[in-house]
Amino acid sequence: MIGLMAKLARYFQYPFVRYAIIVGILIALCSSLLGVTLVLKRFSFIGDGLSHVAFGAMAVAAVLNLTNDFFLVLPVTVICAVLLLRTGQNTKIKGDAAIAMISVGALAIGYLIINLFSTSSNITGDVCATLFGSTSILTLTMTEVRLCAVMSVLVVAVFLLFYHKIFAVTFDEDFATATGTKANTYNLILAVIIAVIIVLAMNLVGSLLISALVIFPTLSAMRVFKSFRAVILCSAIGSVICAALGILISIVAGTPVGSTIVAVDIVGFALFSLVGFLTRRY
Amino acid sequence: MPQLTCQNLTLGYEGKTVVSGLSFIVNEGDYLCIVGENGSGKSTLMKTILKLKTPMSGQLVIGDGLTQNEIGYLPQQTVVQKDFPASVREVVRSGCLNRCGLRPFYSKAEKQMAEDNMEKLGIALLAGRCYRELSGGQQQRVLLARALCATRKILLLDEPVAGLDPKATAEMYALIKKLNDSGITIIMISHDIIASVKYASHILHIGGQSPLFFGTKAEYLESDAGLIYAGLGGDQA
Repeated sequence: MIGLMAKLARYFQYPFVRYAIIVGILIALCSSLLGVTLVLKRFSFIGDGLSHVAFGAMAVAAVLNLTNDFFLVLPVTVICAVLLLRTGQNTKIKGDAAIAMISVGALAIGYLIINLFSTSSNITGDVCATLFGSTSILTLTMTEVRLCAVMSVLVVAVFLLFYHKIFAVTFDEDFATATGTKANTYNLILAVIIAVIIVLAMNLVGSLLISALVIFPTLSAMRVFKSFRAVILCSAIGSVICAALGILISIVAGTPVGSTIVAVDIVGFALFSLVGFLTRRY
Repeated sequence: MPQLTCQNLTLGYEGKTVVSGLSFIVNEGDYLCIVGENGSGKSTLMKTILKLKTPMSGQLVIGDGLTQNEIGYLPQQTVVQKDFPASVREVVRSGCLNRCGLRPFYSKAEKQMAEDNMEKLGIALLAGRCYRELSGGQQQRVLLARALCATRKILLLDEPVAGLDPKATAEMYALIKKLNDSGITIIMISHDIIASVKYASHILHIGGQSPLFFGTKAEYLESDAGLIYAGLGGDQA
Protein backbone atom coordinates (compact mmCIF):
# COMPACT_ATOMS: atom_id res chain seq x y z
CA MET A 1 0.00 0.00 0.00
CA ILE A 2 2.76 2.42 0.91
CA GLY A 3 4.57 1.44 -2.23
CA LEU A 4 1.45 2.24 -4.22
CA MET A 5 1.10 5.64 -2.61
CA ALA A 6 4.74 6.40 -3.29
CA LYS A 7 4.27 5.36 -6.88
CA LEU A 8 1.26 7.63 -7.25
CA ALA A 9 3.09 10.50 -5.56
CA ARG A 10 5.91 10.06 -8.03
CA TYR A 11 3.51 10.12 -10.96
CA PHE A 12 1.84 13.26 -9.64
CA GLN A 13 5.08 15.13 -10.00
CA TYR A 14 4.60 15.02 -13.76
CA PRO A 15 2.41 17.83 -15.04
CA PHE A 16 0.79 15.64 -17.69
CA VAL A 17 -0.61 13.35 -15.02
CA ARG A 18 -2.07 16.30 -13.15
CA TYR A 19 -3.54 17.68 -16.38
CA ALA A 20 -5.07 14.33 -17.17
CA ILE A 21 -6.73 14.12 -13.77
CA ILE A 22 -8.09 17.67 -13.98
CA VAL A 23 -9.49 17.29 -17.49
CA GLY A 24 -10.86 13.83 -16.74
CA ILE A 25 -12.73 15.04 -13.70
CA LEU A 26 -14.14 18.09 -15.48
CA ILE A 27 -15.43 16.04 -18.39
CA ALA A 28 -16.90 13.40 -16.12
CA LEU A 29 -18.70 16.12 -14.19
CA CYS A 30 -20.18 17.81 -17.25
CA SER A 31 -21.26 14.65 -19.02
CA SER A 32 -22.97 13.27 -15.92
CA LEU A 33 -24.91 16.51 -15.38
CA LEU A 34 -26.41 16.29 -18.83
CA GLY A 35 -26.66 12.54 -18.79
CA VAL A 36 -29.67 12.70 -16.50
CA THR A 37 -31.65 14.81 -18.94
CA LEU A 38 -30.55 12.80 -21.94
CA VAL A 39 -31.39 9.42 -20.45
CA LEU A 40 -34.79 10.65 -19.27
CA LYS A 41 -35.58 12.20 -22.63
CA ARG A 42 -34.75 8.88 -24.27
CA PHE A 43 -31.69 10.30 -25.93
CA SER A 44 -29.18 7.94 -24.33
CA PHE A 45 -27.62 7.22 -27.66
CA ILE A 46 -27.13 10.80 -28.73
CA GLY A 47 -23.69 10.68 -27.15
CA ASP A 48 -22.78 7.82 -29.40
CA GLY A 49 -24.26 9.42 -32.50
CA LEU A 50 -22.65 12.79 -31.93
CA SER A 51 -19.28 11.33 -31.11
CA HIS A 52 -19.30 9.54 -34.44
CA VAL A 53 -20.14 12.82 -36.11
CA ALA A 54 -17.20 14.35 -34.30
CA PHE A 55 -15.09 11.45 -35.51
CA GLY A 56 -16.14 12.11 -39.10
CA ALA A 57 -15.36 15.80 -38.71
CA MET A 58 -11.97 14.94 -37.24
CA ALA A 59 -11.23 12.76 -40.23
CA VAL A 60 -12.04 15.62 -42.56
CA ALA A 61 -9.93 17.97 -40.48
CA ALA A 62 -7.02 15.52 -40.59
CA VAL A 63 -7.24 15.24 -44.35
CA LEU A 64 -7.42 19.01 -44.73
CA ASN A 65 -4.31 19.19 -42.54
CA LEU A 66 -5.88 21.65 -40.12
CA THR A 67 -3.54 22.44 -37.29
CA ASN A 68 -6.38 22.76 -34.80
CA ASP A 69 -9.30 20.53 -35.69
CA PHE A 70 -11.35 21.89 -32.78
CA PHE A 71 -12.76 24.72 -34.86
CA LEU A 72 -14.14 22.39 -37.48
CA VAL A 73 -15.25 19.57 -35.20
CA LEU A 74 -17.18 21.70 -32.72
CA PRO A 75 -19.46 23.58 -35.16
CA VAL A 76 -20.25 20.42 -37.12
CA THR A 77 -21.15 18.54 -33.94
CA VAL A 78 -23.24 21.42 -32.64
CA ILE A 79 -25.23 21.55 -35.87
CA CYS A 80 -25.89 17.81 -35.77
CA ALA A 81 -26.91 17.98 -32.11
CA VAL A 82 -29.42 20.70 -32.87
CA LEU A 83 -30.82 18.73 -35.80
CA LEU A 84 -31.11 15.56 -33.74
CA LEU A 85 -32.85 17.14 -30.76
CA ARG A 86 -35.15 19.00 -33.11
CA THR A 87 -36.41 15.74 -34.54
CA GLY A 88 -38.20 15.07 -31.27
CA GLN A 89 -41.74 15.67 -32.48
CA ASN A 90 -42.73 16.42 -36.01
CA THR A 91 -40.45 14.63 -38.38
CA LYS A 92 -40.72 11.69 -40.67
CA ILE A 93 -37.62 10.04 -39.19
CA LYS A 94 -38.00 9.53 -35.44
CA GLY A 95 -35.38 10.31 -32.82
CA ASP A 96 -33.72 6.94 -32.40
CA ALA A 97 -33.65 6.21 -36.13
CA ALA A 98 -32.24 9.65 -36.88
CA ILE A 99 -29.47 9.14 -34.33
CA ALA A 100 -28.64 5.71 -35.70
CA MET A 101 -28.54 7.06 -39.24
CA ILE A 102 -26.27 9.99 -38.47
CA SER A 103 -24.11 7.89 -36.20
CA VAL A 104 -23.42 5.09 -38.65
CA GLY A 105 -23.24 7.44 -41.62
CA ALA A 106 -20.67 9.74 -40.05
CA LEU A 107 -18.58 6.81 -38.88
CA ALA A 108 -18.51 5.24 -42.32
CA ILE A 109 -17.77 8.47 -44.17
CA GLY A 110 -15.08 9.39 -41.66
CA TYR A 111 -13.33 6.06 -42.04
CA LEU A 112 -13.69 6.22 -45.81
CA ILE A 113 -12.11 9.65 -45.97
CA ILE A 114 -9.23 8.66 -43.74
CA ASN A 115 -8.58 5.61 -45.87
CA LEU A 116 -8.71 7.46 -49.16
CA PHE A 117 -6.74 10.55 -48.31
CA SER A 118 -4.71 9.95 -45.21
CA THR A 119 -0.98 10.50 -45.43
CA SER A 120 -0.33 8.61 -42.23
CA SER A 121 1.22 5.18 -42.47
CA ASN A 122 -0.67 3.82 -39.48
CA ILE A 123 -4.33 4.22 -40.41
CA THR A 124 -5.66 1.51 -38.16
CA GLY A 125 -3.77 2.95 -35.25
CA ASP A 126 -5.14 6.44 -35.91
CA VAL A 127 -8.71 5.24 -36.19
CA CYS A 128 -8.42 3.08 -33.12
CA ALA A 129 -7.05 6.02 -31.15
CA THR A 130 -9.90 8.29 -32.17
CA LEU A 131 -12.54 5.70 -31.43
CA PHE A 132 -11.28 4.27 -28.18
CA GLY A 133 -9.41 7.23 -26.81
CA SER A 134 -5.68 7.16 -27.05
CA THR A 135 -3.06 8.23 -24.66
CA SER A 136 -3.91 11.73 -25.87
CA ILE A 137 -5.23 12.62 -22.45
CA LEU A 138 -1.70 12.10 -21.24
CA THR A 139 -0.31 14.48 -23.84
CA LEU A 140 -2.54 17.45 -23.07
CA THR A 141 -1.02 20.88 -23.24
CA MET A 142 -1.64 23.72 -20.81
CA THR A 143 -3.78 25.49 -23.42
CA GLU A 144 -6.03 22.50 -23.83
CA VAL A 145 -6.45 22.16 -20.10
CA ARG A 146 -7.43 25.84 -19.89
CA LEU A 147 -9.87 25.51 -22.77
CA CYS A 148 -11.45 22.49 -21.13
CA ALA A 149 -11.69 24.28 -17.77
CA VAL A 150 -13.38 27.31 -19.31
CA MET A 151 -15.86 25.16 -21.22
CA SER A 152 -16.67 23.12 -18.15
CA VAL A 153 -17.29 26.19 -16.05
CA LEU A 154 -19.63 27.47 -18.78
CA VAL A 155 -21.50 24.17 -18.94
CA VAL A 156 -21.94 23.96 -15.18
CA ALA A 157 -22.99 27.62 -14.98
CA VAL A 158 -25.60 27.25 -17.71
CA PHE A 159 -26.87 24.09 -16.09
CA LEU A 160 -27.25 25.71 -12.67
CA LEU A 161 -28.85 28.83 -14.12
CA PHE A 162 -31.45 26.84 -16.05
CA TYR A 163 -31.76 23.94 -13.64
CA HIS A 164 -35.48 24.36 -12.95
CA LYS A 165 -36.28 25.02 -16.58
CA ILE A 166 -34.36 21.96 -17.68
CA PHE A 167 -36.29 19.93 -15.12
CA ALA A 168 -39.64 21.24 -16.36
CA VAL A 169 -38.82 20.74 -20.01
CA THR A 170 -37.54 17.23 -19.38
CA PHE A 171 -40.43 16.16 -17.20
CA ASP A 172 -43.25 17.51 -19.33
CA GLU A 173 -42.49 19.49 -22.44
CA ASP A 174 -46.15 20.13 -23.30
CA PHE A 175 -46.98 21.56 -19.91
CA ALA A 176 -43.87 23.71 -19.91
CA THR A 177 -44.66 25.10 -23.35
CA ALA A 178 -48.32 25.63 -22.53
CA THR A 179 -47.48 27.67 -19.45
CA GLY A 180 -45.04 29.86 -21.29
CA THR A 181 -41.63 28.23 -20.90
CA LYS A 182 -39.82 28.31 -24.20
CA ALA A 183 -39.09 24.60 -24.46
CA ASN A 184 -37.49 24.93 -27.88
CA THR A 185 -34.96 27.44 -26.61
CA TYR A 186 -33.95 25.15 -23.79
CA ASN A 187 -33.73 22.17 -26.09
CA LEU A 188 -31.41 24.22 -28.26
CA ILE A 189 -29.26 25.20 -25.28
CA LEU A 190 -29.10 21.55 -24.24
CA ALA A 191 -28.09 20.49 -27.75
CA VAL A 192 -25.24 23.00 -27.86
CA ILE A 193 -23.95 22.03 -24.42
CA ILE A 194 -24.08 18.35 -25.30
CA ALA A 195 -22.09 18.93 -28.47
CA VAL A 196 -19.46 20.89 -26.56
CA ILE A 197 -19.12 18.17 -23.95
CA ILE A 198 -18.78 15.45 -26.55
CA VAL A 199 -16.09 17.24 -28.46
CA LEU A 200 -14.24 17.77 -25.19
CA ALA A 201 -14.78 14.20 -24.06
CA MET A 202 -13.38 12.72 -27.24
CA ASN A 203 -9.94 13.65 -25.96
CA LEU A 204 -10.51 11.59 -22.88
CA VAL A 205 -12.29 8.40 -23.75
CA GLY A 206 -12.61 8.50 -27.52
CA SER A 207 -15.85 8.55 -29.39
CA LEU A 208 -17.07 5.01 -28.72
CA LEU A 209 -16.98 5.30 -24.98
CA ILE A 210 -18.56 8.71 -24.54
CA SER A 211 -22.00 7.18 -24.19
CA ALA A 212 -20.74 5.34 -21.14
CA LEU A 213 -19.78 8.60 -19.45
CA VAL A 214 -23.22 10.00 -20.17
CA ILE A 215 -25.29 6.96 -19.24
CA PHE A 216 -23.62 5.03 -16.43
CA PRO A 217 -23.53 7.65 -13.67
CA THR A 218 -27.16 8.56 -14.34
CA LEU A 219 -28.44 5.02 -14.36
CA SER A 220 -26.44 4.22 -11.24
CA ALA A 221 -27.92 7.22 -9.41
CA MET A 222 -31.43 6.36 -10.58
CA ARG A 223 -31.14 2.91 -8.97
CA VAL A 224 -30.98 4.47 -5.54
CA PHE A 225 -32.27 8.04 -5.51
CA LYS A 226 -35.78 9.25 -6.12
CA SER A 227 -35.72 12.98 -6.58
CA PHE A 228 -34.31 14.84 -9.54
CA ARG A 229 -31.89 16.85 -7.44
CA ALA A 230 -30.54 13.82 -5.59
CA VAL A 231 -30.08 11.93 -8.85
CA ILE A 232 -28.18 14.82 -10.43
CA LEU A 233 -25.96 15.32 -7.39
CA CYS A 234 -25.27 11.62 -7.01
CA SER A 235 -24.50 11.08 -10.66
CA ALA A 236 -22.15 14.08 -10.72
CA ILE A 237 -20.27 12.96 -7.62
CA GLY A 238 -20.25 9.32 -8.67
CA SER A 239 -19.01 10.17 -12.12
CA VAL A 240 -16.16 12.29 -10.79
CA ILE A 241 -15.10 9.57 -8.37
CA CYS A 242 -15.22 6.89 -11.07
CA ALA A 243 -13.25 9.01 -13.51
CA ALA A 244 -10.58 9.84 -10.93
CA LEU A 245 -10.30 6.20 -9.89
CA GLY A 246 -10.21 5.05 -13.48
CA ILE A 247 -7.40 7.42 -14.42
CA LEU A 248 -5.36 6.48 -11.33
CA ILE A 249 -5.76 2.78 -12.01
CA SER A 250 -4.86 3.20 -15.65
CA ILE A 251 -1.70 5.10 -14.73
CA VAL A 252 -0.61 2.58 -12.16
CA ALA A 253 -1.62 -0.53 -14.09
CA GLY A 254 -0.77 0.82 -17.52
CA THR A 255 -4.24 0.10 -18.95
CA PRO A 256 -5.98 2.26 -21.59
CA VAL A 257 -7.52 5.29 -19.89
CA GLY A 258 -10.95 5.31 -21.53
CA SER A 259 -11.81 1.68 -21.09
CA THR A 260 -10.54 1.69 -17.52
CA ILE A 261 -12.86 4.57 -16.61
CA VAL A 262 -15.80 2.78 -18.18
CA ALA A 263 -14.90 -0.41 -16.36
CA VAL A 264 -14.94 1.49 -13.07
CA ASP A 265 -18.31 2.98 -14.08
CA ILE A 266 -19.67 -0.50 -14.65
CA VAL A 267 -18.52 -1.61 -11.21
CA GLY A 268 -20.17 1.51 -9.78
CA PHE A 269 -23.40 0.64 -11.54
CA ALA A 270 -23.33 -2.87 -10.11
CA LEU A 271 -22.80 -1.49 -6.61
CA PHE A 272 -25.64 0.99 -6.92
CA SER A 273 -27.95 -1.66 -8.32
CA LEU A 274 -27.20 -3.81 -5.32
CA VAL A 275 -27.87 -0.94 -2.91
CA GLY A 276 -31.07 -0.08 -4.76
CA PHE A 277 -32.20 -3.70 -4.61
CA LEU A 278 -31.49 -3.99 -0.89
CA THR A 279 -33.16 -0.72 0.09
CA ARG A 280 -36.25 -1.41 -1.96
CA ARG A 281 -37.07 -4.40 0.21
CA TYR A 282 -37.53 -2.11 3.22
CA MET B 1 -66.01 39.40 -22.24
CA PRO B 2 -65.57 35.62 -22.22
CA GLN B 3 -62.27 34.09 -21.13
CA LEU B 4 -62.16 32.08 -24.30
CA THR B 5 -63.89 32.65 -27.63
CA CYS B 6 -63.63 30.23 -30.53
CA GLN B 7 -65.04 31.30 -33.85
CA ASN B 8 -65.44 28.98 -36.79
CA LEU B 9 -62.34 27.04 -35.89
CA THR B 10 -60.97 24.39 -38.26
CA LEU B 11 -58.45 21.96 -36.81
CA GLY B 12 -56.40 19.20 -38.36
CA TYR B 13 -53.08 17.53 -38.98
CA GLU B 14 -50.89 18.03 -42.02
CA GLY B 15 -53.60 19.50 -44.18
CA LYS B 16 -56.23 16.94 -43.18
CA THR B 17 -59.24 18.44 -41.48
CA VAL B 18 -60.37 16.78 -38.26
CA VAL B 19 -62.96 19.29 -37.04
CA SER B 20 -64.41 22.30 -38.77
CA GLY B 21 -66.90 25.02 -37.96
CA LEU B 22 -66.18 24.92 -34.25
CA SER B 23 -67.63 27.88 -32.33
CA PHE B 24 -68.03 28.19 -28.59
CA ILE B 25 -67.35 30.51 -25.68
CA VAL B 26 -66.17 29.92 -22.14
CA ASN B 27 -66.98 32.37 -19.38
CA GLU B 28 -65.38 32.70 -15.98
CA GLY B 29 -66.55 29.98 -13.63
CA ASP B 30 -67.89 27.71 -16.38
CA TYR B 31 -67.39 23.96 -16.27
CA LEU B 32 -67.15 22.88 -19.89
CA CYS B 33 -66.90 19.23 -20.85
CA ILE B 34 -65.67 18.39 -24.33
CA VAL B 35 -66.98 14.98 -25.28
CA GLY B 36 -66.70 12.96 -28.46
CA GLU B 37 -65.32 9.76 -29.85
CA ASN B 38 -61.65 8.87 -30.30
CA GLY B 39 -60.15 10.80 -33.17
CA SER B 40 -62.88 13.43 -33.11
CA GLY B 41 -60.32 16.14 -32.43
CA LYS B 42 -60.71 16.66 -28.69
CA SER B 43 -57.00 16.58 -27.92
CA THR B 44 -56.21 18.67 -31.00
CA LEU B 45 -58.66 21.28 -29.75
CA MET B 46 -57.03 21.33 -26.36
CA LYS B 47 -53.57 21.70 -27.86
CA THR B 48 -54.88 24.57 -29.95
CA ILE B 49 -56.27 26.33 -26.90
CA LEU B 50 -52.83 25.95 -25.30
CA LYS B 51 -51.17 27.35 -28.44
CA LEU B 52 -49.19 24.15 -28.88
CA LYS B 53 -50.81 23.94 -32.32
CA THR B 54 -52.10 26.57 -34.70
CA PRO B 55 -55.63 26.25 -36.09
CA MET B 56 -56.01 25.72 -39.85
CA SER B 57 -58.50 28.53 -39.95
CA GLY B 58 -60.79 30.46 -37.64
CA GLN B 59 -60.11 32.43 -34.51
CA LEU B 60 -59.36 31.68 -30.91
CA VAL B 61 -59.35 34.70 -28.62
CA ILE B 62 -58.37 34.81 -24.98
CA GLY B 63 -59.94 37.60 -22.95
CA ASP B 64 -61.26 38.72 -19.58
CA GLY B 65 -57.80 39.50 -18.21
CA LEU B 66 -56.55 36.00 -18.96
CA THR B 67 -53.09 35.66 -20.49
CA GLN B 68 -51.77 32.66 -22.38
CA ASN B 69 -49.35 31.79 -19.57
CA GLU B 70 -52.12 31.56 -17.03
CA ILE B 71 -53.79 28.49 -18.42
CA GLY B 72 -53.24 25.55 -16.11
CA TYR B 73 -52.95 22.26 -17.93
CA LEU B 74 -53.35 18.69 -16.78
CA PRO B 75 -51.93 16.61 -19.61
CA GLN B 76 -52.22 12.90 -20.06
CA GLN B 77 -49.28 11.06 -18.60
CA THR B 78 -46.34 10.51 -20.88
CA VAL B 79 -44.00 7.54 -21.16
CA VAL B 80 -41.10 9.63 -19.93
CA GLN B 81 -42.81 10.25 -16.61
CA LYS B 82 -43.19 6.56 -15.81
CA ASP B 83 -39.59 6.17 -14.66
CA PHE B 84 -38.76 9.80 -13.98
CA PRO B 85 -36.97 10.31 -10.68
CA ALA B 86 -38.65 13.36 -9.22
CA SER B 87 -40.10 14.13 -5.84
CA VAL B 88 -43.69 15.33 -5.60
CA ARG B 89 -42.48 18.70 -4.38
CA GLU B 90 -40.20 19.15 -7.38
CA VAL B 91 -43.03 18.39 -9.78
CA VAL B 92 -45.52 20.71 -8.10
CA ARG B 93 -43.00 23.55 -7.90
CA SER B 94 -42.31 23.32 -11.62
CA GLY B 95 -45.80 24.76 -12.11
CA CYS B 96 -44.51 28.07 -10.74
CA LEU B 97 -41.98 28.39 -13.51
CA ASN B 98 -44.11 30.75 -15.59
CA ARG B 99 -43.85 33.33 -12.81
CA CYS B 100 -40.07 33.17 -12.70
CA GLY B 101 -39.22 34.68 -16.06
CA LEU B 102 -35.45 34.74 -16.27
CA ARG B 103 -34.95 34.33 -12.53
CA PRO B 104 -33.16 31.00 -12.12
CA PHE B 105 -34.63 29.96 -8.76
CA TYR B 106 -38.02 29.91 -7.06
CA SER B 107 -38.91 32.67 -4.64
CA LYS B 108 -40.19 32.05 -1.12
CA ALA B 109 -43.72 32.98 -2.17
CA GLU B 110 -43.65 30.47 -5.01
CA LYS B 111 -42.39 27.70 -2.75
CA GLN B 112 -45.15 28.55 -0.29
CA MET B 113 -47.72 28.43 -3.07
CA ALA B 114 -46.56 24.94 -4.00
CA GLU B 115 -46.97 23.85 -0.36
CA ASP B 116 -50.44 25.45 -0.19
CA ASN B 117 -51.59 23.70 -3.33
CA MET B 118 -50.33 20.35 -2.10
CA GLU B 119 -52.24 20.96 1.12
CA LYS B 120 -55.35 21.89 -0.83
CA LEU B 121 -55.27 18.66 -2.83
CA GLY B 122 -54.46 16.47 0.14
CA ILE B 123 -50.98 15.43 -0.96
CA ALA B 124 -48.95 17.46 1.54
CA LEU B 125 -47.83 14.25 3.25
CA LEU B 126 -46.51 12.90 -0.04
CA ALA B 127 -44.28 15.92 -0.74
CA GLY B 128 -41.01 14.05 -0.30
CA ARG B 129 -42.13 10.88 -2.04
CA CYS B 130 -41.04 9.83 -5.49
CA TYR B 131 -43.59 10.68 -8.18
CA ARG B 132 -43.28 7.40 -10.08
CA GLU B 133 -44.06 5.33 -6.97
CA LEU B 134 -47.46 6.92 -6.37
CA SER B 135 -50.80 5.47 -7.37
CA GLY B 136 -52.52 6.76 -10.49
CA GLY B 137 -54.93 8.90 -8.48
CA GLN B 138 -52.14 10.41 -6.41
CA GLN B 139 -50.13 11.18 -9.54
CA GLN B 140 -53.09 13.01 -11.03
CA ARG B 141 -53.41 15.07 -7.85
CA VAL B 142 -49.74 15.98 -8.10
CA LEU B 143 -50.16 17.14 -11.69
CA LEU B 144 -53.31 19.02 -10.69
CA ALA B 145 -51.41 20.78 -7.91
CA ARG B 146 -48.77 21.71 -10.46
CA ALA B 147 -51.43 23.10 -12.78
CA LEU B 148 -52.85 25.13 -9.88
CA CYS B 149 -49.43 26.66 -9.35
CA ALA B 150 -49.53 27.86 -12.93
CA THR B 151 -53.01 29.37 -12.78
CA ARG B 152 -55.67 30.79 -10.53
CA LYS B 153 -58.22 31.21 -13.26
CA ILE B 154 -58.62 28.37 -15.72
CA LEU B 155 -57.75 24.68 -15.85
CA LEU B 156 -57.61 22.47 -18.92
CA LEU B 157 -57.90 18.80 -18.07
CA ASP B 158 -57.15 16.10 -20.62
CA GLU B 159 -59.04 12.98 -19.52
CA PRO B 160 -58.17 13.40 -15.86
CA VAL B 161 -59.68 10.09 -14.81
CA ALA B 162 -58.13 7.90 -17.51
CA GLY B 163 -56.80 4.75 -15.91
CA LEU B 164 -58.13 5.49 -12.42
CA ASP B 165 -60.15 3.03 -10.39
CA PRO B 166 -63.77 3.93 -9.51
CA LYS B 167 -62.93 5.31 -6.09
CA ALA B 168 -60.08 7.47 -7.35
CA THR B 169 -62.28 8.57 -10.24
CA ALA B 170 -65.04 9.74 -7.89
CA GLU B 171 -62.51 11.55 -5.71
CA MET B 172 -60.98 13.23 -8.75
CA TYR B 173 -64.38 14.45 -9.98
CA ALA B 174 -65.23 15.77 -6.52
CA LEU B 175 -61.92 17.59 -6.36
CA ILE B 176 -62.43 19.20 -9.76
CA LYS B 177 -65.93 20.22 -8.74
CA LYS B 178 -64.54 21.81 -5.58
CA LEU B 179 -62.01 23.79 -7.61
CA ASN B 180 -64.76 24.90 -9.95
CA ASP B 181 -66.89 26.02 -6.99
CA SER B 182 -63.97 28.12 -5.78
CA GLY B 183 -64.19 30.11 -9.01
CA ILE B 184 -61.75 28.36 -11.34
CA THR B 185 -62.98 27.81 -14.87
CA ILE B 186 -62.75 24.17 -15.93
CA ILE B 187 -62.40 22.82 -19.45
CA MET B 188 -62.29 19.04 -19.42
CA ILE B 189 -61.91 16.44 -22.12
CA SER B 190 -63.81 13.34 -21.20
CA HIS B 191 -65.00 10.00 -22.48
CA ASP B 192 -67.34 9.72 -19.58
CA ILE B 193 -70.60 11.30 -20.75
CA ILE B 194 -72.53 10.40 -17.60
CA ALA B 195 -70.04 12.15 -15.33
CA SER B 196 -69.83 15.06 -17.77
CA VAL B 197 -73.57 15.53 -17.64
CA LYS B 198 -73.51 15.24 -13.87
CA TYR B 199 -70.83 17.85 -13.18
CA ALA B 200 -70.54 20.19 -16.17
CA SER B 201 -72.37 23.44 -16.73
CA HIS B 202 -71.73 23.36 -20.48
CA ILE B 203 -71.15 20.58 -22.99
CA LEU B 204 -69.29 20.67 -26.27
CA HIS B 205 -69.89 17.50 -28.25
CA ILE B 206 -67.65 17.17 -31.28
CA GLY B 207 -67.38 14.47 -33.89
CA GLY B 208 -67.39 14.00 -37.60
CA GLN B 209 -66.91 17.07 -39.71
CA SER B 210 -69.05 19.43 -37.68
CA PRO B 211 -69.64 19.98 -34.00
CA LEU B 212 -72.72 18.12 -32.95
CA PHE B 213 -73.56 20.35 -30.07
CA PHE B 214 -72.53 23.27 -27.90
CA GLY B 215 -74.67 24.66 -25.07
CA THR B 216 -75.60 24.29 -21.47
CA LYS B 217 -76.09 20.93 -19.85
CA ALA B 218 -79.88 21.29 -19.78
CA GLU B 219 -79.95 22.08 -23.48
CA TYR B 220 -77.68 19.13 -24.19
CA LEU B 221 -79.99 16.67 -22.51
CA GLU B 222 -82.81 17.90 -24.77
CA SER B 223 -80.70 17.82 -27.95
CA ASP B 224 -80.46 15.01 -30.49
CA ALA B 225 -76.84 14.23 -29.62
CA GLY B 226 -77.63 14.36 -25.92
CA LEU B 227 -80.61 12.06 -26.27
CA ILE B 228 -78.57 9.51 -28.16
CA TYR B 229 -75.36 9.57 -26.14
CA ALA B 230 -76.47 10.49 -22.64
CA GLY B 231 -79.53 8.29 -23.05
CA LEU B 232 -77.37 5.43 -24.21
CA GLY B 233 -75.09 5.94 -21.26
CA GLY B 234 -78.09 5.97 -18.96
CA ASP B 235 -79.13 2.54 -20.11
CA GLN B 236 -75.73 1.13 -19.37
CA ALA B 237 -75.66 2.64 -15.91
